[in-house]
Amino acid sequence: MTSTSQEWKFTTKEIAEKPDLFLSGHRACAGCGPATVLRLIMKATRGPTIVTEATGCMEVVSSIYPYTSWAVPWLHTAFETAAANASGIEAALKVMRKKGRVKDEHVDIIALAGDGGTYDIGLQALSGAVERGHDFLFILYDNEGYMNTGIQRSGGTPMGAATTTTPAGSVIPGKLEAKKPIAEIMLAHEMEYVATASAYYWRDLLTKVRKGLEVEGPAFLHVFAPCPRGWRSDPAKTMEYSKLAVESCVFPVWEAVNGKRQLSTPSKLIALAPQKKKPVNDYMKGQGRFRHLFTPQNQKVLDEIQRLTDERWEQLLKKCEPV
Amino acid sequence: MKKVGKQEMMALNGDEAVAYAAKQSDVDVVAAYPITPQTIIVERFSEYVANGEVQTEFVCTESEHSALTACLAASATGARTFTASASAGLALMHEMLFVTSGCRAPVVMAIANRALSAPLNIHGDQSDSMAQRDSGWVQIYVENTQEAYDSIIQAFRIAEDVGVSLPVIVGLDGFTLSHTLENVKVLPDDVVLKFVGVRPLPNVLTHEGKSVPFKLDPENPMTMGPIALTNYYFEFKRQQEEAMKNALEKIQEINKEFAKMTGRGYGDGLVEPYQLDDAEVAVVCVGSTSGTLKTIVDELRQEGVKAGLLRLRTFRPLPVEALRSALQSVKAVAVMDKSLSFGANGGAVYHEVRHALYDNKVHPTIVNYIYGLGGRDSSTSELRRVYEDLLRMLKTGSVEKPVHYLGLRE
Repeated sequence: MTSTSQEWKFTTKEIAEKPDLFLSGHRACAGCGPATVLRLIMKATRGPTIVTEATGCMEVVSSIYPYTSWAVPWLHTAFETAAANASGIEAALKVMRKKGRVKDEHVDIIALAGDGGTYDIGLQALSGAVERGHDFLFILYDNEGYMNTGIQRSGGTPMGAATTTTPAGSVIPGKLEAKKPIAEIMLAHEMEYVATASAYYWRDLLTKVRKGLEVEGPAFLHVFAPCPRGWRSDPAKTMEYSKLAVESCVFPVWEAVNGKRQLSTPSKLIALAPQKKKPVNDYMKGQGRFRHLFTPQNQKVLDEIQRLTDERWEQLLKKCEPV
Repeated sequence: MKKVGKQEMMALNGDEAVAYAAKQSDVDVVAAYPITPQTIIVERFSEYVANGEVQTEFVCTESEHSALTACLAASATGARTFTASASAGLALMHEMLFVTSGCRAPVVMAIANRALSAPLNIHGDQSDSMAQRDSGWVQIYVENTQEAYDSIIQAFRIAEDVGVSLPVIVGLDGFTLSHTLENVKVLPDDVVLKFVGVRPLPNVLTHEGKSVPFKLDPENPMTMGPIALTNYYFEFKRQQEEAMKNALEKIQEINKEFAKMTGRGYGDGLVEPYQLDDAEVAVVCVGSTSGTLKTIVDELRQEGVKAGLLRLRTFRPLPVEALRSALQSVKAVAVMDKSLSFGANGGAVYHEVRHALYDNKVHPTIVNYIYGLGGRDSSTSELRRVYEDLLRMLKTGSVEKPVHYLGLRE
């Protein structure tokens, strides 16, 4: 129950034996990346936990009244409010503990939001809550678009992707702008713990959730979460894309403890053996949202995406501890 | 509750009186963001926190939106919560006002009523909270600094009553009350503490059929703020309407209890009639201008004019029955609005008072005066003219126009 991330190795057996806290019966689509991410996240909790969630796919699929998928106390208020919710919950528990109105025990607080509720509409509340130093773990499940409202672009949508607000037109080939480097922005808040993870590397993900919870203060975890509906990808390949994103360095995994950044094993292996780094095309080619790029006239967009990915990867290597 | 002996006299402005009342009410969480003319409330409260005079977590948020959200979440966790705002700050909270009432979170909020932009104006009118009249919050408007103090204490009892469980706004006119020093009788700390008590929590049934307190509690996991679709949403909303009805009763009960204890009551808690029994002409007013109007009523009475005043203290829930019976024998009524409902031919208070009187057998002549927007001063002579207009209408039997603007260059 109270073992630390160092002690608990998160073996398959242990995880299988731990009861689910994000329960089956929710209404997520087949192959939903975020639903898998949530189930895994909740396997890494260490004791009494309250979850608060921004409006979005996962909130909608898990809380259709009178049903719920949550076996922990759970609060949703609005789209941009996950971090403000966490602030209020934490403040309330802190003072009521002092006054003897709640049990004198630590309660972990997890704030969940998609990319819309983190990169865009929720960024102000998140930045404020982190600056104030509330003790909570903010987990971003990033499916790279407003999928709940029907696949619109967000600040987390990658360059070139077709969404319903950045359609692949005859003049404009999908989204022109690069993905906002959200984890860098959070790191600039000088937080004790910031990390990125991908569900394919589930043990890495679980360990990072636990480390984030162990921090006394705010922690931020950015989790990559493919959306077959929004990405026009095969629902059976969600985990494959979760892997390819890391292997192509489109989504490297790392963690920063007190500002000291280290590549996590899957990305570290690529840094050690650069020939293992896959071209972005391998990651992109099966996804319908990028289909329009695989034409002669849009080759330059693919080239630009590769260039940008390489550039960001090189920058990241410089920012990390030597491997 | 028996009457308290000594009540200390303090010189406080409206904002300070509000902060002092919140301090004495043992609030668990205050989350707020500063905005003129509310700032003194958060400043004073910050001092109480800094000096260890309160056991309160003060969350100094990055916006009003987050301020109300944090209060809502803290309230959902079981805490007594308080915030304060005005004008643009309240407008920014708009989305969360509905979420707060929908989640049945008994947050108490003081509003130092101020004009809305544009053009930017920091002075007092009631456009801000009147614009939020359908947000599901109880709304109480006060006449003076003493009442601001008293009403904040009462507001916790009203909001947290398990049959009500609704958030409450206490509105005090910006600058006119928020920044004006008055003598305020304050209760001893222990008396306030006893009056407000510890926040009671309604019990609800879990999925397993267990009856547990309605709050986020790891021992009794509960899903709060869910999505409810076409098959349930409507019932949620109907229950909020029922809670408003309950609030109508509770406000009166608590006003009575408070009056017994302090010697200070405000009408029946909903409306406060002044010289209305035999009045032929009357003004209906919300907020601090009622004080000036009382002086004018006194003058007119000395001159033999049967003038009266009805102060509408509780605007939400609208006390329809109280309005009907209070105004049933008045022949001409002027309703004062310190805000405009653009394109609606008059202000919100006018419309609602008119609506309340519709089912009366005899209808008075009823007209509207829009006044004081953006802090425009309303002099006693201008306000006196309202009564003179009513008397002229009675005499001539004709209404020249239904909506008037007081103290405006046209």
